[in-house]
Amino acid sequence: MPEKRVVLANCGVIDPEDVASYIERDGFKALKKALKLPGEQVVEEIKASGLRGRGGAGFPCGLKWDLARKAQGDEKYVICNADEGEVGTFKDRYILENDPFSLVEGIAIAGHATGANKAYIYLRAEYHFLLDLLEKAIAQAKKKGFLKHLDIEIRQGAGAYVCGEESALMDSIEGKRGEVRYRPPFPPTKGLWGKPTIINNVETLMNIPRIVLKGAKWFGGMGTERSKGTKVFSVSGDVAKPGVYELVLGSSLKELVEDLALAKKVQAVQVGGATGRIIPGDMLDTPLSFETILGAGAVTVFNESRDMIDIVHRTLEFLAEESCGKCAPCREGTEAMAGILERFSKGEGLEKDITVLGELADTMMLASMCGLGQAAPIPVMDSLQHFRGAYDNRIRQS
Amino acid sequence: MSKIGEGTNPQSQEKRDLLVLLERAQSRSGYLSKRTIAELAESLGLSIGEVYGVASFYSFLSIKPQGRNVIRICKSLPCYLKNAQTIIEGVRKEIGINPGETTADGRFSFELTNCIGACDKAPAMMVNDDVHGDLTPKKISKILQAYK
Repeated sequence: MPEKRVVLANCGVIDPEDVASYIERDGFKALKKALKLPGEQVVEEIKASGLRGRGGAGFPCGLKWDLARKAQGDEKYVICNADEGEVGTFKDRYILENDPFSLVEGIAIAGHATGANKAYIYLRAEYHFLLDLLEKAIAQAKKKGFLKHLDIEIRQGAGAYVCGEESALMDSIEGKRGEVRYRPPFPPTKGLWGKPTIINNVETLMNIPRIVLKGAKWFGGMGTERSKGTKVFSVSGDVAKPGVYELVLGSSLKELVEDLALAKKVQAVQVGGATGRIIPGDMLDTPLSFETILGAGAVTVFNESRDMIDIVHRTLEFLAEESCGKCAPCREGTEAMAGILERFSKGEGLEKDITVLGELADTMMLASMCGLGQAAPIPVMDSLQHFRGAYDNRIRQS
Repeated sequence: MSKIGEGTNPQSQEKRDLLVLLERAQSRSGYLSKRTIAELAESLGLSIGEVYGVASFYSFLSIKPQGRNVIRICKSLPCYLKNAQTIIEGVRKEIGINPGETTADGRFSFELTNCIGACDKAPAMMVNDDVHGDLTPKKISKILQAYK
């Protein structure tokens, strides 16, 4: 399947600093249409489209909205997660740089659909340079009268990977350490300041105006059975053309990394960032979908010259550093795994280490409080499965 | 640094504004001193521990004095694959300090950071809020000249 620009339709086409150029391209038409409909009807349309969250977890967007809409609360919130911190991800940056208006429109529709009249955009500290552009987009939309029902405020992160996790993100907006919360309750019933809250990724919200304007049926016509629409990928690493590519879901990894990004002699590809799956080079025909591999769309390519143990070791060091520390399985597990991998990278692995890695993985996946700890063992276990020889060669001979 | 929270009346500051207030204090004085932390705790009715807990949690907040300009080189995988080590080495040579240190004249602090979302321009670094990508060791000197 070729590239298809749905989410990115306006990128490089409109002037991101001028709302008029957006309006010329049917901008805010979807919002006007949505505002004429009762909120539940908008929710039903999103539900029918099959849109799933683009931030990694893939939760059905319409269902999330429905829960928040029906939840009791004098105040409700919409949060746009622009804390794109996953290693190897930069598609939200590209979107914000090129089409902030579609995002503002998506948020405005979300507010109407769920009954929220306050929205936050949580922007990562590293993207501070986008703050002015975003503020300008909001101000222009407001001036044009599109935001009468909703106040949108930008909150800036201060440098913490875990704050991309929705419960840590809410704690951060509340002014606290970005630590993960126990769940349930889930945000649609009890979120920001204990009020019903929906949290959507930038890319998820970008899809909303398209769906409202063109209909759930049009959207559902793209993709696989359980993965509708397109996905925006960030491709980096050992490729000739790193960058942002949008493909219909179900397209193969090969199309993305070899045909578009021009990778050669691929040893492995990690899909989904630091906690993503590692796919060996001989499995590039794997489709990109929620049923198979996806995450938030970070695609990092490693050619045949790379040492996979070194790569996994660095990944676990990163996760150990960014663990919020609240729960023991993640805090201790990532440290212990990084320690073992360091031994292997020096050629000093122990026979029993392989068993210990498996035991740590089981505990972390089962008992960690959030996706960071639950998914941290994935690259370790995948590399053990596909590159076991590399580990065996590094066991110390005594 | 930003307009965020500027409408907040100091008299009616709330606990929920703690992170915003810390970000503002940091942009005013470059770091969060013990005194700043204690004063904020006092005015918000929080313990010093709570404020310190937030101040020390985030990598863009600093509890020790920083240089006028902060260099953050990305050490995450996509940059590592594009030889970020040579950039780290280049900056080290250029300003004569190691990551985690500040130059004696207070002009630069030097840090390593995790993914800054510029992997399509790897290797990349931030100087203050500016992102510089497609780096080579040769480019470093010229880039840093702009930061006084």
